[in-house]
Amino acid sequence: MNVWIAIAVTAVGCYLVKYLGLSAPSGVLERPLVKRLAALLPVALLAALTAQQTFSDGGQIMLDAKAAGVAAAAVALVLRAPFLLVVGVAVVVTAGVRALGG
Amino acid sequence: MSEQTEIRSTERPVPPEPAAPAKPDSAVIRDALGVGVAVGLSGFAFGVTSAGAGLSLLQTCALSLLVFTGASQFALVGALAAGGNPLTAAAGAFFLGVRNAFYGLRLSAVLGYRATVKPLAAHWVIDETTAVTLAQPDRRSARLGFTVTGLTLYALWNLTTFVGALGAGALGDTDAWGLDAASPAVFLALLAPMLRTAVERVAAGLAVVLVMVTLPLLPTGVPVLLSALAAPAVLVVQGRRERATKNRTATGEDRS
Repeated sequence: MNVWIAIAVTAVGCYLVKYLGLSAPSGVLERPLVKRLAALLPVALLAALTAQQTFSDGGQIMLDAKAAGVAAAAVALVLRAPFLLVVGVAVVVTAGVRALGG
Repeated sequence: MSEQTEIRSTERPVPPEPAAPAKPDSAVIRDALGVGVAVGLSGFAFGVTSAGAGLSLLQTCALSLLVFTGASQFALVGALAAGGNPLTAAAGAFFLGVRNAFYGLRLSAVLGYRATVKPLAAHWVIDETTAVTLAQPDRRSARLGFTVTGLTLYALWNLTTFVGALGAGALGDTDAWGLDAASPAVFLALLAPMLRTAVERVAAGLAVVLVMVTLPLLPTGVPVLLSALAAPAVLVVQGRRERATKNRTATGEDRS
């Protein structure tokens, strides 16, 4: 049930912000500070999510094969690999390190 | 739909309406299909991740059908897998989705849809449709690009989500296949093109520090929300510095 509540709240919330943007009279959200905050918010959240999902399992901080996979993805990004390849590299390297007992 | 084609800047000028030569429909459709196919396929990674996180097939497909914004979906299933409170998990997903409001604002002027069409078009307002639409020279091409990208992405994202969620069951232990690394890799791939200046890098670094320090201390899901404070914090510091520089310049103390 909890999962369905989370799905419903996320679906409604995400739809409403999309609709709000498309329907708001221009000028309402165009203040420079609001725009800068909106651009910076996903940066902070994505950085935190990357770190959390790479180095933790539930509430515990840990270091395992996933860190090697995400590091390999970072290298792929620096080399300007396309999106799917970046994700593929992370998965393959993680599986490989785990198979080797990492 | 994992938002690879990150919008470089919300400051991108809207293309002048009649000045640029009309783009052939086939070229617009090719652009749109290219983005749609490449990104739509990563719905497979979402399907697998969501199933691996313990969501049912129906729940996984409901997310792709109803939420339809990749980063938020990955964030939600990650938070639920970690055992977070459903509202905390939804809040993280919601904050990631807020940027779509700013895309909608820009698209509204370019697409010029009637009020009756907007509730339908709104569901497709995401990174990729915005990128394709804003790249078109006129309203006709913009509408075509938006529609074809939206349709391609929506169809493929949902189809591949379904296949991924089904396939995860056949794979058994998804961790053994390294599939738990897909989600952080998606986040990193979304983040990378955003790290353009020192401001973004400092905000990202501060967010990482905040989340790692608070992770063992606070309830699941809360550390990520707390890390969002890195954004206003960095803006406040930057604003102070700009004012200080201005004052120094004004009083002439800057000539050392």
